[in-house]
Amino acid sequence: MTSRQHLLPARLTATTAMMPPTGTILPMTTAFTSSHGRRTRKPFLAQLADHAEPYLYSAPALILIITVMLVPLVLGMSYAFRDIQLLNPFSGGFVGLDHFRTLSQDKAFSGALKNTLWWTGASVVLQFTFGLILALLLDKPFRGRGMVQALVFLPWAVPSFLAGLNWAWLFNPVIGPLPHWLFALGLIDQPGNLLSDPHHAMWGPIIANVWWGIPFFAITLLAALQSIPRDLYEAASIDGANWMQRFLSITLPFLAPTIAITVLLRTVWVSNFADLIVVMTGGGPADRTQIVASYIFTQAFKALDFGYASAIALVLLVLLIAYSMLIILPRQTLLNKG
Amino acid sequence: MASITIDNLAKSYGTYSVLQGVNLEIKDGEFIVLVGPSGCGKSTLLRMIAGLEEVTSGEIRIDASRVNERHPKDRDIAMVFQSYALYPHMSVARNMSYSMRLRKASKEKIEAAIAGAASKLGLEPYLERRPKALSGGQRQRVAMGRAIVRQPKAFLFDEPLSNLDARLREQMRAEIKKMHGDLKATSIYVTHDQIEAMTLADRIVAMHGGLVQQVGSPLELYDRPANLFVAGFIGSPGMNFFEGTRHSDGVRLADGTLLKVQLPPGADDEQGITVGIRPEHVELSAEGVGATVDLVEPTGFGIILHLSLNGVDLKVFTSDRAFLTPGQQVSVSFPTHHLHFFDAGGNRILR
Amino acid sequence: MRRSILPVFAHRLAILCYIVFALFPLFWLLKVSLTPNDLLYSEGVRMWPSRTTFEHYAFVLQHSAFPVFFKNSVIVSGSTAIAVTIIASLSGYALSRFTFRTKYWIVGLMLLTQMFPLVMLVAPIFKILTPLGLTNSLTGLVVVYTAFNVPFATFLMQSFFDGIPKDLEKAAMIDGATRFIAFRQIILPLTLPGIAATLGFVFTAAWSELLFALMLINGNNAATFPVGLLTFVSKFSVDFGQMMAAGVMALIPAALFFLLIQRYLVQGLTAGAVKG
Ligand SMILES: Nc1ncnc2c1ncn2[C@@H]1O[C@H](COP(=O)(O)OP(=O)(O)OP(=O)(O)O)[C@@H](O)[C@H]1O
Ligand SMILES: [Mg+2]
Repeated sequence: MTSRQHLLPARLTATTAMMPPTGTILPMTTAFTSSHGRRTRKPFLAQLADHAEPYLYSAPALILIITVMLVPLVLGMSYAFRDIQLLNPFSGGFVGLDHFRTLSQDKAFSGALKNTLWWTGASVVLQFTFGLILALLLDKPFRGRGMVQALVFLPWAVPSFLAGLNWAWLFNPVIGPLPHWLFALGLIDQPGNLLSDPHHAMWGPIIANVWWGIPFFAITLLAALQSIPRDLYEAASIDGANWMQRFLSITLPFLAPTIAITVLLRTVWVSNFADLIVVMTGGGPADRTQIVASYIFTQAFKALDFGYASAIALVLLVLLIAYSMLIILPRQTLLNKG
Repeated sequence: MASITIDNLAKSYGTYSVLQGVNLEIKDGEFIVLVGPSGCGKSTLLRMIAGLEEVTSGEIRIDASRVNERHPKDRDIAMVFQSYALYPHMSVARNMSYSMRLRKASKEKIEAAIAGAASKLGLEPYLERRPKALSGGQRQRVAMGRAIVRQPKAFLFDEPLSNLDARLREQMRAEIKKMHGDLKATSIYVTHDQIEAMTLADRIVAMHGGLVQQVGSPLELYDRPANLFVAGFIGSPGMNFFEGTRHSDGVRLADGTLLKVQLPPGADDEQGITVGIRPEHVELSAEGVGATVDLVEPTGFGIILHLSLNGVDLKVFTSDRAFLTPGQQVSVSFPTHHLHFFDAGGNRILR
Repeated sequence: MRRSILPVFAHRLAILCYIVFALFPLFWLLKVSLTPNDLLYSEGVRMWPSRTTFEHYAFVLQHSAFPVFFKNSVIVSGSTAIAVTIIASLSGYALSRFTFRTKYWIVGLMLLTQMFPLVMLVAPIFKILTPLGLTNSLTGLVVVYTAFNVPFATFLMQSFFDGIPKDLEKAAMIDGATRFIAFRQIILPLTLPGIAATLGFVFTAAWSELLFALMLINGNNAATFPVGLLTFVSKFSVDFGQMMAAGVMALIPAALFFLLIQRYLVQGLTAGAVKG
């Protein structure tokens, strides 16, 4: 027999919810004691093997990096405090901070520092700007895109020394067209070699570097662009955003992390990159295109003074690390706060 | 086939504790369904049984032998993933036979096993295709086939049907049930789908907050939920709850109404109590309390009514097609034998 | 609806400018290498000479050690590419799939290697390799190049592994595979584009390396292409036709390799993996 009870709620508090309205939920633990009392731990070897697994996979890489890069790096740092001349059998003694004292007096070095700023700044800004534009152009689907992509990225595959030679030849008035074109445009008074013009020589390697480095930025940024979900753009268009607004509110924020890291790494990389300058100008005319990296190269290979070269390299390394910290740390603290 | 025992099993990632002492005894050939809100650790439990996740503490035993330290490959279990995890570079046949090839089974055995599974699942026409060239339902079958071919001690399923459309899901659900009838394999099945849980399970395990809340047959959980969580979680639409206090001759609801029911003696008077009733058990009758219709949701099979009882929400499910519109008045009544009572701690009060 | 064709036109025009800028220097290289000596100065700025010749190529091939350089470079770049790809697959997989205590230190170490002037390593490496008999040997170059390229290749491979669902090797492990077998039979075959990208990238990098090749090798027997080309250029610095013919030949393998793999590079180069 079913009895009916009529609820007469006036100001009833009730909830219809999945989750219980009151109290905590008590576990329904059926008290269960193990019949197998043994709490054997994993055999020691098996445990070791488990923990060792990631190291086993990374061991070959680590061993190589440590023996071929890290150990020589430390050795190289110690050379900065020693007298190391490759052809002089009596060299090798410790000279303390002598190299650094010489360095602080070295006019060529301070000039190279300024040139490095100029070289790195101009190269990275131009590479990035043109690389971003290219990536945006290639992000739009069109017929023959794969082919175009292969062609515009081709300079990246050109060995750097060959790129240097190639551009040096282009700037050569005897066989290159560039001086004649510049002359025809009225940019220079006579079709001479830009690379031997003390005031503008730096533009030669910079242009070669931009040509060579655009693909790097374009490829990286294109990869990042293609990972942006398409429906975001569609949603924004429906909301009435024009191209520029979509770029500023979707594309840029999505690219920002990639831009930050690529620009950072690329800046460091370009300031270390001496190939083009060594091949194109050798630092000349009159050290006008000498950057720190090429100066190190000159000291090491022309003067065979590895002690001094290492001292310069150490200073450069410290500057680069300081620069990276300057960029990374504020970001990191911002992230930690946020 | 095998029995599985889970003994005080705990799992934490760093300081974040996901499972905190799970106990479960699974009998040979049993079909267990794990349910619980998202993030409660169902997949984690399943992956620990499979050996894909380290055990923080506690013990897992398959056929009474401890397997905590065993590599997944040595546990002799099969798993069907929500993503199917088919090997994209292998044909259907090779996908299904990978485990046998790893164990260096003979060619004839492999072929027999593939043929057996393929005929059971209707996969014969697709054996040479790559997974990419299959529909979602077919991929799901291949994943099942891969598990069958292995002839494991136990099957683990992690939401295997959730990527299928409703019709296909229904069909596969029936097939899984049939397959379990044939193979009698011990199975643990995770799902968010109430109907899957109710129809497939020998026993349902309801989990919440890293703990098992109740284990029992589907109807047990539906009829006699052990606590507020299970009461609210099992059944759709969810149970209605009202709060009140305990009295010598019943329950006094928050508004002062006295509900005359026989509750077991012993507990103190004036204790907080929650009364629950499932929407399908609320009756629309001529006599009863007046309520206003807020919302009408026809499901075809029946109608879900959202009512307001003097400002309090109440859901009612009825198969009566009575044409109702928002704003209308109805009267409802609550059959006492369908009422559930929970004490202040949230646990069921037995009657 | 009227759609202006102006943006499309501007888009194609801009693309065209980029193509011209990218290819013009290479075109010029080719042009001069094909120009007969007697026309070089009279037709210096013409877009295409009135007569072409292969005599420069013939000279370079017959009267220089070019075939040796070529062979050396192929050996060095090929071995380096293969070694780096194997090693970086392993380490990239470790970074992608495991969380372990020293992971961040390893990543940090690899980033550091991308930061310092490699010139700094020339003398120490020379001193370390000499007693081992690895100077003036292709093996020595391969070891050094492999180490230099492993960090970047690791990041590159990692980003490819990250794109492969973890469920796959879990399924394989449940099917009875050890992790290493799952890695070899399931994960690696799915990473073929990544492997191609890494191979191509490292090959090109090793093909162009000049600094260490210059330092660790003397004499023609073990010289690689860049070294050979540079000595050739300084020796025949007036004969532009021959220099550029040599340049074109140095370019071909790297360019071919690059064209084959460039589309995978775009796939693989995500924010984690960046270096020239
Ligand atoms: N590797 C991990 N590190 C840290 N926390 C994790 C990790 N894996 C899972 N978790 C956490 O463990 C909890 C349980 O996850 P689990 O995947 O088992 O949930 P679930 O019950 O399967 O949920 P769903 O129903 O959504 O699949 C979640 O809160 C999740 O965030
Ligand atoms: Mg889950």
